[in-house]
Amino acid sequence: MSIELATDDGQAVLPGDLSQSPLAIRGLTVSYGDKPAVFSVDATFQPGAMTAIVGPNGAGKSTILKSVLGIVRPLSGQILIHGKPAARQIHLVAYVPQRASVDWDFPARVIDVVLMGLSRELGLLRRVRRTHLDRAMACLARVGMERFADRQIGQLSGGQQQRVFLARALAQDAQIYLLDEPFAGVDAATEAAIIDVLKSLRDEGRTVIAVHHDLSTVSAYFDHVFLINTTRIAEGTVAQAFTSENLHAAYGGRLPAMPAAGQAG
Amino acid sequence: MNGAEFVALSLPPILIGVFAAIACAVPGNFLLLRRQALIGDAISHVALPGIVVAFLITGAVTTWPMMLGAAGAAIIAVVLIELIRRLGRIEVGAAMGVVFTTMFTAGVLLLEQSDTSSVHLDVEHALYGNLESLIWLDATGWTSLADPAALAGLPPELPRMAVVALLVGLLTLLLWRPLTISTFDEGFARAAGLPVTAIGLLLVIMAAVAAVAAFDAVGSIIVIAMFICPPAAARMMTNRLDHQMGWSIGFATVSALSGYVLAGYGPLWLGFDNSISAAGMIAVMSGLILAIAARFGPCRARVAGS
Repeated sequence: MSIELATDDGQAVLPGDLSQSPLAIRGLTVSYGDKPAVFSVDATFQPGAMTAIVGPNGAGKSTILKSVLGIVRPLSGQILIHGKPAARQIHLVAYVPQRASVDWDFPARVIDVVLMGLSRELGLLRRVRRTHLDRAMACLARVGMERFADRQIGQLSGGQQQRVFLARALAQDAQIYLLDEPFAGVDAATEAAIIDVLKSLRDEGRTVIAVHHDLSTVSAYFDHVFLINTTRIAEGTVAQAFTSENLHAAYGGRLPAMPAAGQAG
Repeated sequence: MNGAEFVALSLPPILIGVFAAIACAVPGNFLLLRRQALIGDAISHVALPGIVVAFLITGAVTTWPMMLGAAGAAIIAVVLIELIRRLGRIEVGAAMGVVFTTMFTAGVLLLEQSDTSSVHLDVEHALYGNLESLIWLDATGWTSLADPAALAGLPPELPRMAVVALLVGLLTLLLWRPLTISTFDEGFARAAGLPVTAIGLLLVIMAAVAAVAAFDAVGSIIVIAMFICPPAAARMMTNRLDHQMGWSIGFATVSALSGYVLAGYGPLWLGFDNSISAAGMIAVMSGLILAIAARFGPCRARVAGS
C-alpha cells in the first residue's frame, strides 16, 4: 500500500501512475443492449481517500462498480487494482450492493449475513468457530447492530438492513470498499453511523468509493469526487472537480437543487 | 399384511418414494429461493422426448440408455432456454415455458407415432410412474434384507434412487456456503470470488439428475410436487435456511410415507375396493402439508418490506 501518497492535493496519484492507484480504470466501455451505459471511461482513484461517484440516473455509476467486481462484462477497457488486473486482485475488495438488490425475505438471521463476509476464509467446509462469531459480532457492534444478531433480516428497517450489509463488508477486512448508494432510503441516524464507519475506514488508510446520489452532502462526506454521465465529466478533489460548471455538464438541464457546489475545501 | 408381504410389496416402493421425494426436495429449497422452482417441472417434461428417443434407439425399456436420453434432453433444454433468454431478451420463466411445452409435446408425439405398444411406456407412465409395480419378488420376509441372493433381485430403481438421494445430499452439504451466498446475493457472491455461474449450473444439473432419476421411477407428478411443496411448506416453519432444509426433508418423507399408505388403503377404509395412484396421492399429501403450513406455520407472513 502506498498510503504515504495519500489524499492531499499536491500528492495525488497522477493519471499516468497506474500502479500507485488502488483502483484505476482505462477506456472502460460497457453496454446493455445497443446503448453504452459507460463509454470509454478513465478513472484513477486515490489511495486512502473517500471518493463519491456522482451523476444522473442511468449515467453508469453502478455499472462502474459492477465492472470492477466482474458482475458485468465490459466490451473493452482495463481495470487495475494496485496495478494488476482486477480479476486477480478481487480479494482486496469489499462490496456493499444496493439494499434493494436482494430479497430480504431470505431465510437468514443478521449474523448469518455478516458471516458471509468471512466466506473466503471459511472456504467450503470449515466450521464457524467462536473466533469467527466474535469477529462478526465486532463488525455488527461497529455499525451499532449487535443487539439484532439473531433477528431475521426481513424484520429490520431499511437503515438496519443497510448497516448489516456494511457489517458484512467490514468482516471482509478489505483494502478497497465499494458501496452502491449506501444512503439510499435510510434514516438520518443510519446515515450518520455509516459515514462515521466509512471515515474511520479511510483514516485506517483504506480506500472508500461510493456511488452517491445526494449532491447536498458530497462536500460534507467525501474528499474526492468522480463525475460521470456515460462518459467521464471530471475527477479530482471535491474542491477541484465538484464545481457548478462540471455539475451542469453532468446533469444538463436536469440539475437538482444544488446548494453547495464548489464551496468545499 | 404380514412381514413377508410388506417387505416384498410395500417396502421397496415406499423407500423409492421417500428417496425420490428427498432427492427433489433438497435442491428444491434453493430453486425456490432463486425463483427457479419451475425448473424441476421443466426438466421432468423435457426428459420425455429423450427417454422416447433412447427407447427407439435401443428398442428396450432399460435404465441406463433412458437415463442418458433424459439427461441429453435436459442438457439440450438448458441450452435452449439460455439461448432463447439471451437472443429474445426475455425473462427466464417465459423461455422455460416455451422450451418445456415444446419438448414435452414432441415427446408425446414421438410416443404416439412410434410403436411402443409392446412395452410399458406411455403418457400415463410418464405422469404417474409405476411406483406400485416396483416390487421385490425375491423377498420372503425381513430376513431377506440380509440375504445377498434376495437383495440382488431388488428393483434396480431402489439402489439407483438411494444413490441419487445420497449424492444430492452430499453435494448440497459440500456446497452449502457458496450455494447460500450466491442464492441470497449474487452480486456480493461474485465480488467475493465465488464462481456464481458454475454454482447455479451445478444446482440445475443436480436438480436435473434428481428429476430424471425420480421421473423414471415415480413419474413427473411427484417430481413437480416435491421440488416445490416441501420446501415451500418448510419456509413457513422457520427463518433459518439450515432448519428449512431439515423441515423440507421431513415433509418430503412424511408425504411419501403417508401418500403411499393412503393410496393403498385409503379407498378400502372408505368402502371402495380399488387402490389409487400412489404417486398422485403422495403429491396430494405434499400439497396438503403445504396448505397446513400456509395456514398455521409460524413464519408464513411475508414481512412488510421497507
